[in-house]
Amino acid sequence: MSLLRNAAVLLGKELRTEFRSRELLATTIVFILIVLVLFSFTFDPTSDESRRLAPGLLWLAFLFASSLMLQPCFLREQHNDTLSALRLSVSDPFAIFLAKLAANTFFLLLAELLLLPLFSVMYNVPVLPVLHWLLLVFFLASLGISIAGTALSAISAQARMRELLLPLLMLPLLTPILVASTEVTKALFDREPFVKWQGIGFLAVFDVVFLTALWLFGEYLLEE
Amino acid sequence: MWKRASSAAFVVFLVGAAAYASFYIAPDEKTMHVLYRIFYFHAAAAWAGMTAFSICFVANLLYVWRRDEQWDSLAVSCAEVGLAFITVVLITGPIWAKPAWGIYWTWDARLTSTFVLWLLYISYLLLRTLVEEPDRRALLSALFGIFAFIDVPIVFGAIRWWRTQHPAPVIMGGPNSGLDPTMAKVFFFSVLAMHVLMVFLVAERYRLERLRTDLELVRREAEAI
Amino acid sequence: MTPPAFSPVGLRFENIDKRYGGLLALRKVSLSIAPGECVVLAGRNGSGKTTLLRIAARLVRPSKGTLIFSGDSTGGEVDALRPGFVAHSIMVYDELTAEENLLLFARLQAIARPENRVGALLQEVGLSERRASLVRTFSRGMRQRVAIARALLHEPAVLLLDEPATGLDPQGTTWLAEAIRGLRDSGRTILMSLHGESDISSLGTRAIRLDAGSVVADTRTGATFRSILTFADA
Repeated sequence: MSLLRNAAVLLGKELRTEFRSRELLATTIVFILIVLVLFSFTFDPTSDESRRLAPGLLWLAFLFASSLMLQPCFLREQHNDTLSALRLSVSDPFAIFLAKLAANTFFLLLAELLLLPLFSVMYNVPVLPVLHWLLLVFFLASLGISIAGTALSAISAQARMRELLLPLLMLPLLTPILVASTEVTKALFDREPFVKWQGIGFLAVFDVVFLTALWLFGEYLLEE
Repeated sequence: MWKRASSAAFVVFLVGAAAYASFYIAPDEKTMHVLYRIFYFHAAAAWAGMTAFSICFVANLLYVWRRDEQWDSLAVSCAEVGLAFITVVLITGPIWAKPAWGIYWTWDARLTSTFVLWLLYISYLLLRTLVEEPDRRALLSALFGIFAFIDVPIVFGAIRWWRTQHPAPVIMGGPNSGLDPTMAKVFFFSVLAMHVLMVFLVAERYRLERLRTDLELVRREAEAI
Repeated sequence: MTPPAFSPVGLRFENIDKRYGGLLALRKVSLSIAPGECVVLAGRNGSGKTTLLRIAARLVRPSKGTLIFSGDSTGGEVDALRPGFVAHSIMVYDELTAEENLLLFARLQAIARPENRVGALLQEVGLSERRASLVRTFSRGMRQRVAIARALLHEPAVLLLDEPATGLDPQGTTWLAEAIRGLRDSGRTILMSLHGESDISSLGTRAIRLDAGSVVADTRTGATFRSILTFADA
């Protein structure tokens, strides 16, 4: 159907643009790295303490990084008024959101996965045995962050002080993701790793609820 | 004018009556004695705040649908008044916790969720100050308000689950579990009084907001000439 | 420009109001534009020209009133309801090439055989040699040509242009005038906002002046072209 086809075409554009410059990915990865390093200065990284604190720090780092990474999302569409061109060309404005949130999820996941080995080494946490579960958490959480972040970046792009505003809007809204992801990750890093399914459940619920809300209200976010 | 003054008097009377009831009519509580009475404000204020935010949510939906700026004025009034009540909740919590548990903050599930709620609506108000054009401001804040409100149950649920993973002292769980009949009556009377106060404050704030928007309209028209 | 396969379309504004924060940008605008007319929209800055065009482009919803496209009930009506819009901004991506931009918008609009269409358009606007260059590197005139190519991708029956000659040098303006002449002669309905008299304004078959959101003069009701256009600069 044309919604998915449009979204696919736009997704291609988003990916092509980013891989041509790679500036968003590079800055996001470096930012997460800096945050993780700085966090490590604040406590003594013996392996017990690491195991306890590391999951929370990891997700905090991802959240902060995403609140910066998502700023250009709609801001860059103001340059040359390309947003109007998109609105004129697509049949369903939700395609624009779908494409952007898919791209953002992909970039976030990429950054997270690239940093995972480094994180594992720095904080002495075993990642390989639980890799497939970690991927699940990463995916669901990154999806939720992208859905909310893409919607909110459409709002903040139209306001003043947008660089500070987006984190302000995003971070309280994303507390369920922070809480659930941290708990699930903590259990996965345990001496005897296990999956906290309720946490996964919260992530999934968040994703579904906000995707639906974006679908219902997206066109108003783009209104002129 | 007399109508407003007499409404105000009625509200003051009602709140005063509720306060009197909390202190003199409600029976003593075994462990906490006088201190527990703060619960009647704390919990009632929480309910009134949530009601205000619920009305805000409905006003947000109605604005997006109808684009009548009266809904926007109602929304911002409810958000501000709701925030005031939630601030009371956040202050009375630690006031109770310190003598009861020796610490001001225990990351109790309800209080933590309330804090996030407070942050969400602070962001809502902050967003409004950062958009100048009234129509834009109304629409964008309505949309954020909608997203924020649908997040609230998820926030409360997730944080409550989080706290079951890491049990900690519960703030004011005591009187809530198994209210004796007199306590229950006083509690519901407090809730009623808080709601009446909330409605009165929202109405006043709404009036002020309508005046403000009318004034801004006149100013803009004057500047356009 | 080769004559496209469409049926001419007219448009009608009925009692259009547009309110921005309590102020009326357009008040009770009623205009009927016949199929094939080439209308020049004149008026001072802030008179509502851009708003009217953006409403016609369906980017802005009017606070009151309706916009109706009317045409023959033969085929091509769906596309006719999507006017081509050339705005003040070029509405293409700086970080993509001319070809990539046009392919993107062609694919989004589900245009058949997009590569062929894009190639043909690039040829028509004279950008074939620079098709693989980033739009970022283009001159103002070339950027305007990409913008026009994008607007023409779906062969619209109605074309809306918002001050299209802004920033163009005399050579660019001449090219633009020729392009619009071709579009007009092929039967497209054109509504364009302009400042003052020029090669482009002389292409118009009708002129309308807006002031403070209302139509104050129309060559259809007796005003002269010259008075409408020169008064705009007063």
